[in-house]
Amino acid sequence: MPGTDTQESIALLPRASTLAERVDAQFFTLLWVDALMVVVLFGLIIGFAVYYRRGTLRNRVSNAPQTRVEITWSTALLLIFLSIFAWSAHLYVEASSPPKNALEIHGIGKQWMWKFEHRGGQREINELHVPLGVPVKVILATQDVIHSFFVPAFRMKQDVVPGRLRVAWFTPSRVGRYHLFCAEYCGLDHSRMRGHVVVMERNDYEAWLAGFTGTESLAAQGEKLFSQYGCIGCHGPGSKVLAPGLGGIFGKSVPLAGGSIAVVDENYLRDSILAPEQQVVAGYQPIMPSFAGRIDEADLMRLIAYIKSLSAPQGAP
Amino acid sequence: MTTVPITLPKNYLNQDYTLWSWLTTIDHKRIAWLYLVSITFFFFLGGAAATVMRLELATAPGDVVESETYNRLFSLHGIAMVWFFLVPSIPATLGNFLLPLMIGARDMAFPRLNLLSWYLYAIAGVFALTMVIAGGVDTGWTFYTPYSSLFANGQVVLAVVGIIVAGFSSILTGLNFIVTVHKMRAPGLTWMRLPLFVWAQYATAIIMVLATPVLAITLLMIALERILGIGIFDPKMGGDPVLFQHLFWFYSHPAVYIMILPGMGVVSEIITCFARKHIFGYDGMAFALLAIALIGFLVWGHHMFVAGQSVYASVVFSLLSFIVAVPSGIKVFNWAATLYKGSVSFETPMLYALGFVGLFTIGGLTGVTVASTAVDVHVHDTYFVIAHFHYIMVGGMVMAYFGGLHFWWPKMTGRMYPDVWGRIAAITIFIGFNLTFFPQFILGYLGMPRRYHTYPDEFELLNALSSAGASILAAGYLLPLAYLLYSLRWGPMAGPNPWDARGLEWTTPSPPPEHNFDRIPIVTQKPYAYDVPKRDSDPA
Ligand code: HEC
Ligand SMILES: [Cu+2]
Ligand SMILES: [Cu+2]
Repeated sequence: MPGTDTQESIALLPRASTLAERVDAQFFTLLWVDALMVVVLFGLIIGFAVYYRRGTLRNRVSNAPQTRVEITWSTALLLIFLSIFAWSAHLYVEASSPPKNALEIHGIGKQWMWKFEHRGGQREINELHVPLGVPVKVILATQDVIHSFFVPAFRMKQDVVPGRLRVAWFTPSRVGRYHLFCAEYCGLDHSRMRGHVVVMERNDYEAWLAGFTGTESLAAQGEKLFSQYGCIGCHGPGSKVLAPGLGGIFGKSVPLAGGSIAVVDENYLRDSILAPEQQVVAGYQPIMPSFAGRIDEADLMRLIAYIKSLSAPQGAP
Repeated sequence: MTTVPITLPKNYLNQDYTLWSWLTTIDHKRIAWLYLVSITFFFFLGGAAATVMRLELATAPGDVVESETYNRLFSLHGIAMVWFFLVPSIPATLGNFLLPLMIGARDMAFPRLNLLSWYLYAIAGVFALTMVIAGGVDTGWTFYTPYSSLFANGQVVLAVVGIIVAGFSSILTGLNFIVTVHKMRAPGLTWMRLPLFVWAQYATAIIMVLATPVLAITLLMIALERILGIGIFDPKMGGDPVLFQHLFWFYSHPAVYIMILPGMGVVSEIITCFARKHIFGYDGMAFALLAIALIGFLVWGHHMFVAGQSVYASVVFSLLSFIVAVPSGIKVFNWAATLYKGSVSFETPMLYALGFVGLFTIGGLTGVTVASTAVDVHVHDTYFVIAHFHYIMVGGMVMAYFGGLHFWWPKMTGRMYPDVWGRIAAITIFIGFNLTFFPQFILGYLGMPRRYHTYPDEFELLNALSSAGASILAAGYLLPLAYLLYSLRWGPMAGPNPWDARGLEWTTPSPPPEHNFDRIPIVTQKPYAYDVPKRDSDPA
């Protein structure tokens, strides 16, 4: 039920994403392992200390096979630790990249708020509406310092570092309204850089999106910017300058001058616009000017959305 | 009744009473006192900051101080506690005092360098205080870029210069320790006969010498970036903010071991003495100290599982973090095993030592939790991490420091403190500590981020509990200040060896003469040669 907070009790943190179940399984297993070790160790320490306290009549002839004992518990400890490591690393690696078909939403962190923009151009601040059961990929940028996108109910957190786009992704599994925190200290109002993620049934989500009027899709806004910033003069059809066409390049590999190959993803596009001289496409002159300092994160994300939306020109592979 | 004036034999304390004699001393024992007084000041300064923070956090809204103030308070708390208290705590006070005594030497290898270390520390302290008086910083003790380099508007340059100077102080201390242990051991004192306290100081000194320069360079780059705009951490100029995190943690993770290995050394001395037993697994204990010091250099990336480093780098850092936990685990087991078939008594130092083992265990186990990549993604930068490292740093190191102080106090001052009060304080601190920090584990799991001035209402109950605990903890810390000062004047004479302990330091009078030993001792056996009576109650 959007509007009410699903997290008013401290009893248990809701598990609202598919990842949450799996992280909790590990967390609580670790908790029990820890508890067991604490009981054993404290038991030994308190037991020995009390039983062998000074003044008691005890057999104190010790013939413990020292080395054997030490080797035994070191190996046991190592094996326990290695299995925890492997289990956790497995989940971490698996959860590190989003599925291909994920719903994309753009987000920008700035001192001290979160701004989001959906594909159709619907914007919100400190609120993020997402549909239930659909993998969601939030492409994050920051306008100033490092922030961190943290949704405890999803057991998910991602730092957003200036100069890079970062992806936070999750599959919401429970309808409700959950905390969104900034987890990386970012200055004065860090503790007020909070919001909510609202998980809705899919139809509700569609209806919610449709409730916005007069919005223009991200790609359409990007298209306008493409001519506004003069990209079209070089990259557009019929341009006199020798510049690569941008249609359909997203997800492909491009050969770079110098022989290496780059895969075109969001960060590649971002870098191509802000620091074109660093990744020159093979066969072209490095004549593209850098747009660093001239295009802000919000316009960058629109341009990127536009380039991603372009399909390959007719006849191209 | 007539009082017979007792004239104490000449010792390092009654040699000369002038302030000048203290400020120009090159006696390691007096330098230890210079440190003891200065770090106590910073301990209470950092503690005062924490007190106001806990007061603020007792309720959800920001109603005690402004956000600005709160941010400056937690930065001050971290900077004072890490660089001006924890790093020098055991090494510069107990280490300085005891290292020469324990290895049968008349002083450190470089006594003047030792005094210089303290002066550097004092200069650093002046920088830090100027920084505070001029308004402080709000970067946190971690100085993450680009906030600290481009956005923060406090006294960042003063702060980092202070820390750099403090760093040089600890480099010199480390250097002095290393050379002293190599060159000044008494005849017969082979490496495998060294007390574990000495091993711990030695391992710590290695980290100090190898890691601290990296910190100095890193912080210097922040200063340069602020003053000259060199852009090394500025993405707009082709720099990388995450590079700072790599450099910072390359020092600061090993620094965690600077802040715990000495404590492990202290606890090994105390437990053997009050269990009247040789330490279980001496070789393993010494080896574990070195292993922790060395592997500790390879795990820094575990602070950056969500900072966007490569997934595979994270996995490797995680693996190494699990491996570094094994030697710590061995140590805990060996302390437990040392009690087995011992003859255990529970004077104040022993209570602190047992408290250390318990709290360090919890800190270590939750360290394993945060080393687990997938789980850390959730608890990173929350109160879970705060609780975890306070269990190590406060539950571990501060407990050990207090334990050591109580253990060697009679040696340092020649006087005994009231043991009852010592025990009351130890138990108060233990209870207060757990009340303060255990709720923070739960808060962290529930998702409360660190460095939050205000927070959602549902976190209020646990925070109030934590703040209540903090008041008990604060009372616990004030108690020793009172009765230790009292003992300086009114405490009964302790005699050379009140605990019937075995180390060389107990073979000289208390307080020791200026030159430590009239005759340099000759060592013929392993340390901890306590002889437990075999089959009946201990007459001791
Ligand atoms: C002066 C002409 C010029 C302008 C204006 C220009 N570009 Fe380019 N662009 C080039 C050339 C030439 C290349 C190929 C060489 C290189 O990679 O630098 C290129 C490369 C690119 C690439 C990499 C293409 C690939 O296949 O990997 C992208 C993306 C791109 N430009 C986007 C833009 C955008 C967006 C703008 C407007 C903000 C823009 N460019 C403005 C000339 C231009
Ligand atoms: Cu933020
Ligand atoms: Cu670390």
